[in-house]
Amino acid sequence: MELKTPLYDCHVALGGKIVPFAGYLMPVQYPTGVIAEHMAVRKQAGLFDVSHMGEVMYEGPDALNNLNELLTNDFTNMVDGQVRYSPMCNDEGGVVDDLIVYRYNQNKYMVVVNAANRHKDVEWMKAHLFGDVQFADISDEVAQIALQGPNSKEILARLADASSMPEKYYHFIPECTVGGIACVVSQTGYTGEFGYEIYMKNEDAPKMWDLLLQTGKDLGLIPCGLGARDTLRLEAAMPLYGHEMDDTVTPLEAGLNFAVKMKKESFIGKAAMEAKGELTRKRVGLKVVGRGIVREHERVLVDGQEVGHTTSGTHCPYLGGAYAMAMLKMPYTEVGTKVQAEVRGRLIDCEVVALPFYKRA
Amino acid sequence: MNHPQELKYTRSHEWVKMVDDTTALVGLTDYAQHSLGDLVFVNLPMVGDPVTKEEAFGDVESVKAVSDVFSPFDGEVSKVNEELLDEPGKINADPYGAWLIEVSNISGQEELLSAEDYEKVCQEEE
Repeated sequence: MELKTPLYDCHVALGGKIVPFAGYLMPVQYPTGVIAEHMAVRKQAGLFDVSHMGEVMYEGPDALNNLNELLTNDFTNMVDGQVRYSPMCNDEGGVVDDLIVYRYNQNKYMVVVNAANRHKDVEWMKAHLFGDVQFADISDEVAQIALQGPNSKEILARLADASSMPEKYYHFIPECTVGGIACVVSQTGYTGEFGYEIYMKNEDAPKMWDLLLQTGKDLGLIPCGLGARDTLRLEAAMPLYGHEMDDTVTPLEAGLNFAVKMKKESFIGKAAMEAKGELTRKRVGLKVVGRGIVREHERVLVDGQEVGHTTSGTHCPYLGGAYAMAMLKMPYTEVGTKVQAEVRGRLIDCEVVALPFYKRA
Repeated sequence: MNHPQELKYTRSHEWVKMVDDTTALVGLTDYAQHSLGDLVFVNLPMVGDPVTKEEAFGDVESVKAVSDVFSPFDGEVSKVNEELLDEPGKINADPYGAWLIEVSNISGQEELLSAEDYEKVCQEEE
């Protein structure tokens, strides 16, 4: 039995096409369609229900120590109101999940995890708690709405004053008021575009959703589904758990070096990654040069020899072409390498290109 | 959903427009384009290729998925709508104007569905 987010009725009323995803009934697209929704986010603004995401809290004198041991990034030098991305590894150095950490103060953090991994993550986190810390899974009480796109700031400014609008990327404000509703606002997102993510109580979510949609209408704001969320993140080359990484892929192989602090004294997975030594494979970007679309789980070949597989791929509406991400053996990871993807028995020419495919100006 | 009376249909959501007794245009129905969503790629056969009833002659891809297109009859491809290769979105915008292929020397078209019967197929799938 799939769960509904507090915004389910809003999606149905807007004509959203509902599909099961990560245990929830979610809109994959609205009548506007994936391409229009994608382009709205790149050029104007889009609104996403991401209430299925999980949120957990760490509080207490050992909260920071717990996060530093549990996660690959280093949280020591964070300031209050800062947000930081990190993989969470298992003992073999594979990825349990990737997540973002919000620092309220040095003894209080919120961690936002993938919907599909929430229960697994909570088990893993609980099993590794130590010292003086309180842990709580608050996912079921919290709704999340993402307002994304270049017009997001102007839209939010119509409903909030400056004290509720985080000014810097990957920063947040814990006590905000948007349209009279108490919420947490961060300047974060999963689209490669400027935008905000807004956390509020479940019961306030429908009002917030309607208010934002109404307020942003003349600035091109439209509701967007999971379809556009996926094409946007892929165009921006943001990794997705279960695709670019899983419990058999290390964050270094996934190209997430910036969030793996090997100089940190200790963290789960560090020893295993050190023992593995030099990388033998790595995540790359592929531009499809031939005709066709390359999707996930396609074999990638060089001179007829398999050198890896694709992890995600689709048509990227803003760039106007087909792109994919792939896990390839060294040395075929070099930018400019010509490879072929085998799609339903047909070989399609691709080229390794630099990531991200799209970067906002 | 719009399914014109003068056309014939298949259970796999292709439409057929007879040009003469043994030649027909084949396209995707309004129901099909709506279910698939925004189309971004079309893979079509070449002129002269044989097609076989109920076998795939090409595929169309939306942002999210790929779907085969099946031949309603046996025959030989006599024209390909190459315009669609560059602008697959035309199938979404005008499903009955955006024919995919023309097939000649056709046989086996007797079992095609009327618009009414096709509507029933769509309702069953809803």
